[in-house]
Amino acid sequence: MSRINKAFENKKAFIGFLTAGDPNLEKTEEYVLKMVQAGADLIEIGIPFSDPIAEGIVIQEANIRALSAATTVEKVFEQVKSIRRKTEVPLVFLTYLNPVFHYGYDAFLARCKECGIDGIIIPDMPYEERGEILDIAAKYDVDIISMIAPTSEERIGMIASKAKGFVYVVSSLGVTGVRSEIKTDLESIVEVIKKNTDIPTAIGFGISTPEQAKHFSQFADGVIVGSAIVKIIAKYGENAGDELYNYVKSMKDAIL
Amino acid sequence: MTQEVIKNGRFGEYGGQYIPETLMNEIKRLEEAYEFYKNDEEFNKELDTLLKEYAGRPSLLYYAEKMTKDLGGAKIYIKREDLNHTGSHKINNVIGQVLLAKKMGKTRVIAETGAGQHGVATATAAALLGLECEIYMGKLDTERQALNVYRMELLGAKVHPVTSGTMTLKDAVNEAMREWTNRVNDTLYVLGSVMGPHPFPMIVRDFQSVISKEAKEQILEKEGRLPNAVVACVGGGSNSMGMFYNFIGDENVKLIGCEAAGHGIDTDMHAATIAKGSIGVFHGMKSLFCQNDEGQIKEVYSISAGLDYPGIGPEHAYLHETGRAQYVSITDEEAVCAFEYIARTEGIICAIESAHAVAHVMKIAPTMSKDEIIIICLSGRGDKDVAAIARYRGVDLHE
Repeated sequence: MSRINKAFENKKAFIGFLTAGDPNLEKTEEYVLKMVQAGADLIEIGIPFSDPIAEGIVIQEANIRALSAATTVEKVFEQVKSIRRKTEVPLVFLTYLNPVFHYGYDAFLARCKECGIDGIIIPDMPYEERGEILDIAAKYDVDIISMIAPTSEERIGMIASKAKGFVYVVSSLGVTGVRSEIKTDLESIVEVIKKNTDIPTAIGFGISTPEQAKHFSQFADGVIVGSAIVKIIAKYGENAGDELYNYVKSMKDAIL
Repeated sequence: MTQEVIKNGRFGEYGGQYIPETLMNEIKRLEEAYEFYKNDEEFNKELDTLLKEYAGRPSLLYYAEKMTKDLGGAKIYIKREDLNHTGSHKINNVIGQVLLAKKMGKTRVIAETGAGQHGVATATAAALLGLECEIYMGKLDTERQALNVYRMELLGAKVHPVTSGTMTLKDAVNEAMREWTNRVNDTLYVLGSVMGPHPFPMIVRDFQSVISKEAKEQILEKEGRLPNAVVACVGGGSNSMGMFYNFIGDENVKLIGCEAAGHGIDTDMHAATIAKGSIGVFHGMKSLFCQNDEGQIKEVYSISAGLDYPGIGPEHAYLHETGRAQYVSITDEEAVCAFEYIARTEGIICAIESAHAVAHVMKIAPTMSKDEIIIICLSGRGDKDVAAIARYRGVDLHE
């Protein structure tokens, strides 16, 4: 059983996101381990990119902070290797395609395997464009995580039936960022996904409160929280550890 | 050759649809709508009427006799896109796309703009056709081109200054894409160049190809033969793609694109994607981009805000790779000299973007024989640039 599968085994998963190198890579390691201690079941690590078109302002600014701190893909790999020595939590990258393409698909995915990365989410690589990377990812046992959006409609079956790892259900139109209200009929979307695949589903985009986490975990297998976590890091900088722990614990407790 | 190169939205390896899942159904609907309307008689009739009666087409093909004599070589013709309504070739594309948006039942269009030419053109077409219009423009550009911001507002558009990233054109595209994912249902993103995810590079090229369709007929009528070369400036590449398109199959016609070399391609201050860029995936397409060793998109520079973009349309990348088109780099200084030259010689104040093409013709025309012919695509008029050129020359203007 893969590490990703284990994260969802007999429980609802809390998935936390942070941007690698925000405020620096040592802190990224510390914060990942803090979130794991607080009960996070899977961690998404964002590789910073100059132009993250699917992100709202909170994560855009984290990307800028990380790049200003001279974060490079190579340094991120090294830090992940170090994190992997300390925890068995599943780790997935969130990255735009260009840094991966530029590194070279084979070399990048080989490094993922070597450093202990279990999957990759690439927001600007839809189902139709996965062909160029899919076989290489399979060769190195890295799951390409598929996203399903409120606008996916008849595409849901096609995407879900070929999905690996878990299905990332995008809660709302637009970009990442905290939302007070999510109106999409996610229950129906999850239902269609479940008809097409046995792998778990996790809902992300806009979730920040324990109430939201509890609500969505009633029908999805997990919830993903990014901007709310990144906001804490933005606010507390190098001293965000305790705040992160408390926040993640409150979210995890809500979905238990 | 041109028709069969597009396969699954690609020109060779370049192109594709590298966009968030949220946009996939919408981009497929756009593709279907375009495939339908491009062959629809009524759509084409309306488009033709708007181009003729409103935009002022066909644009003139003007024999630049003084320039020809002065340079002493090839015969120089100028395709006068600067005489179009709103002052540039941008209107050709926006009339087509905004009309398409209306046919698709959209009530709102959004667009990015650099210098403001595409924004003004989109706001114009939206005003005419009765659609709501919002324009995304880098905050730095809104300051450099305050007049164009006011123009767009006069035309009823809302202008959003973009404060993310480098606050220029690439960030305006990012923000327009983000806004499109936010409101896909009632909104069409009217892309301004032959870039972005398929079908945009094809749609924009098709709407701009009227330039070479007319130029070909006009030169055959005037000279009874095809030109030896056509020359146009390249940022994202829409006027050049329009100028090249109907000549691609005529292998004896050289296609020459002029990129912005800014302070020089050996400095960090340029926007010469073909000369200095490398293959990558950005803004929905696989193409060539100015990027660093990490695959981070680089900040680019040119005196011309319209050429100040870190990528190039995928069909240009393909024409470059196959060798069908040739791309050269022109510095700020060369472009400014050409701007001044064509003003004095022909009495035409052209856009600083177009001056990059003029500069290259000034280099090659004298090396060609008198019975050879060059057509320059003069993509826009230069009123918008006068103040910047004055500044460049150290002249302090007061209005």
